[in-house]
Amino acid sequence: MPNMSLKKNEMPSQVPDLRSKNFLEVALGYTEEQALDEAQRCLHCKNKPCVSGCPVQVRIPEFIEKAAAGDFEGAYQVIAQSSSLPAVCGRVCPQESQCEKHCVRGVKGEPVGIGRLERFVADWHNQHAQEAPKKPASNGHKVAVVGSGPAGLTCAGDLARLGYAVTVFEALHTAGGVLVYGIPEFRLPKAIVQKEIDGLKAMGVKIETNMVIGRVLSIDELLEQGFEAVFIGSGAGLPRFMNIPGENLKGVYSANEFLTRVNLMKAYKTGSGTPIHRARKVAVVGGGNVAMDAARCAKRLGAEEVYIVYRRSEKELPARAEEVEHAKEEGIIFKLLNNPTRILGDESGSVQGIECLEMALGEPDASGRRRPVEKAGSQFTLDVDCVIMAIGTSPNPLIKSTTEGLETQKWGGIIVEEETGLTSRENVYAGGDAVTGAATVILAMGAGKTAAKAIHESLSKK
Amino acid sequence: MQDICTCPAKRFSAVYKRGVQDIMYQIVKKRVLNPTVTLMEIEAPLVAKKAQPGQFIILRVDEDGERIPLTIADFNREQGTVTIIFQIVGATTEKLNHLHEGGFLQDFVGPLGKPTHTEDLKKVAVVGGGVGCAIAYPVAKKLHEQGCEVHSIVGFRSKDLVILKEEFKSVSHMYALMTDDGSAGEKGLVTDALRRLIESGEQYDQVIAIGPLIMMKFVTKLTKAFDIPTVVSMNPIMIDGTGMCGGCRLTVGGETKFACVDGPDFDGFLVDFDEAMARGAMYRGFERQAHEEACNLFRGRKA
Repeated sequence: MPNMSLKKNEMPSQVPDLRSKNFLEVALGYTEEQALDEAQRCLHCKNKPCVSGCPVQVRIPEFIEKAAAGDFEGAYQVIAQSSSLPAVCGRVCPQESQCEKHCVRGVKGEPVGIGRLERFVADWHNQHAQEAPKKPASNGHKVAVVGSGPAGLTCAGDLARLGYAVTVFEALHTAGGVLVYGIPEFRLPKAIVQKEIDGLKAMGVKIETNMVIGRVLSIDELLEQGFEAVFIGSGAGLPRFMNIPGENLKGVYSANEFLTRVNLMKAYKTGSGTPIHRARKVAVVGGGNVAMDAARCAKRLGAEEVYIVYRRSEKELPARAEEVEHAKEEGIIFKLLNNPTRILGDESGSVQGIECLEMALGEPDASGRRRPVEKAGSQFTLDVDCVIMAIGTSPNPLIKSTTEGLETQKWGGIIVEEETGLTSRENVYAGGDAVTGAATVILAMGAGKTAAKAIHESLSKK
Repeated sequence: MQDICTCPAKRFSAVYKRGVQDIMYQIVKKRVLNPTVTLMEIEAPLVAKKAQPGQFIILRVDEDGERIPLTIADFNREQGTVTIIFQIVGATTEKLNHLHEGGFLQDFVGPLGKPTHTEDLKKVAVVGGGVGCAIAYPVAKKLHEQGCEVHSIVGFRSKDLVILKEEFKSVSHMYALMTDDGSAGEKGLVTDALRRLIESGEQYDQVIAIGPLIMMKFVTKLTKAFDIPTVVSMNPIMIDGTGMCGGCRLTVGGETKFACVDGPDFDGFLVDFDEAMARGAMYRGFERQAHEEACNLFRGRKA
């Protein structure tokens, strides 16, 4: 008997006033009762439109059916066949523009809480799973993976399962990529990421940190060392600045720097060796998930006022709907249709304010989004002592500049064959943000899977 | 353990095989150069293999530690070691200085940054200020090995702080030691010595200045008047060191550059030193407190 409730089961969460002062996870996860109840909302449509909305085609109705019957482990196994990071994706996927967007229940009411169910099932598995993943028998082949973010970890995992000896090279001192330096603890607990990584190590994957490929070793040297294929999952870590006056004043951060200090280096904890500017009033420029993360971190560091300054309107905000909602609940002030023109400083060279212009939306530009047009004479100044630039990132040019024959787009994205992830260099593959520019965890994961499959096909022929 | 300890390479693999999940970087030598400057030789074969003068590493002392950049003062590819020379200025360098030979660093990554450009230089004045001499030395050494005539001008506050005297002399055609108080060498600033050399007719292809920002600013002011190409080595606050955060950005010729990927060497005539000095002072308050806490921590320990 399906549950015909028009609303999703509400996700238990920390109340805004409390959670805006700590870094603990905001969403607490469904109880078993809620999960069973929510799973009953699925109508098991014949066409399965939800699956078509998933970048890795998780067999959604199948996992929900098992969940509804209380077989949570079985549900997990269904998801695990398509996704290697369900505990992560259940938390960070923009379901509203993927699976849940196509859910038939969403026509009259709210879609089925597919993301919430995925999270529940993955968490249940992690709490109850007894046996550690077994180390598969070796097939005698060696593959190198550059980058331990979602793309690299997925590629490594899929190959390890097929018996490949995989070594992942990570530039930072901790593995995880954006999962550890970008996405904050209150959205994605690092213990979950660590569990995924431990699982990979148990399968025999070697993870070498403090290895900047392109400096300590080049891709060519990896191939010379005997790795039969290389997967580049080096991400899009190069921060973009607006190049407006005042951008180098003390107190102006790229979101990458701010988030790295807070998330990776845990500057929010006393006892951390890494400093962070605990500002009173913060302006975060940008409207994506990174901007939301930066704003919510700034709030948790004790800021009285945190602004999101975004040049288009709410409709165009690229951030995940839940993040925008949570940010608003936590008291973040949205200054929409506003664009900064310059940052003002005091005599000591510290940020004092940010001057902005009001914008109006004109005709759509090349990206399809309506172009913001300045309203002359509408300048105003926001009184802030910290500005965080969260306007996008692009691929780091280091690998391209040290790998001969590796073709990239003008903006740095590595050019690959869509079906295989193969680059212009033989046996060198790439995927994730390093190819597409800053995108999502699930797309990166999908690319890792595609490349692993192609690498396996290619090396099996030899 | 004794027999493994004699060979650095074996020591490295012994640590790895012992089951330590992550590689740790052993301190194979420690030498105090002066009351505030220490030299350490670290076992890091892969970094040693690739290191070039002008490049740097980033290290962490322990699990909660901050990442700090230090220039590679020397490297030994056969032994697989990298030498760092650091001044004890804050909590991390204080903790670092309390480690001994045989101890381990949590993290050590490199080589980062662009190597110093040394091609086609026939006569160069290398100007080092204070602990900046530790960074100037590998460059002077490489130039000397290439057959370049190296004139070294080094400056320290006083006699007790002089470092690398014999090392510099061994790679220099001419060596001028300046101290602020005249307790060693000649009394005066490095710019005094440099000015004198230039005015006496020395024709330098390039001047390389490495030291406190204020020193590099004034050396550049001097060389600009004589139109001698000048390269400086910038040392901004850094976090990741690979170009992903922009924390190390500075303005060079009106454009924003990242010291960790575009530098650390830059055209001295184009660098905005005042902005760099301001940005370098961003965390003074935190740094002072953290240093105090670290010192108290060590003082509180029973010997």
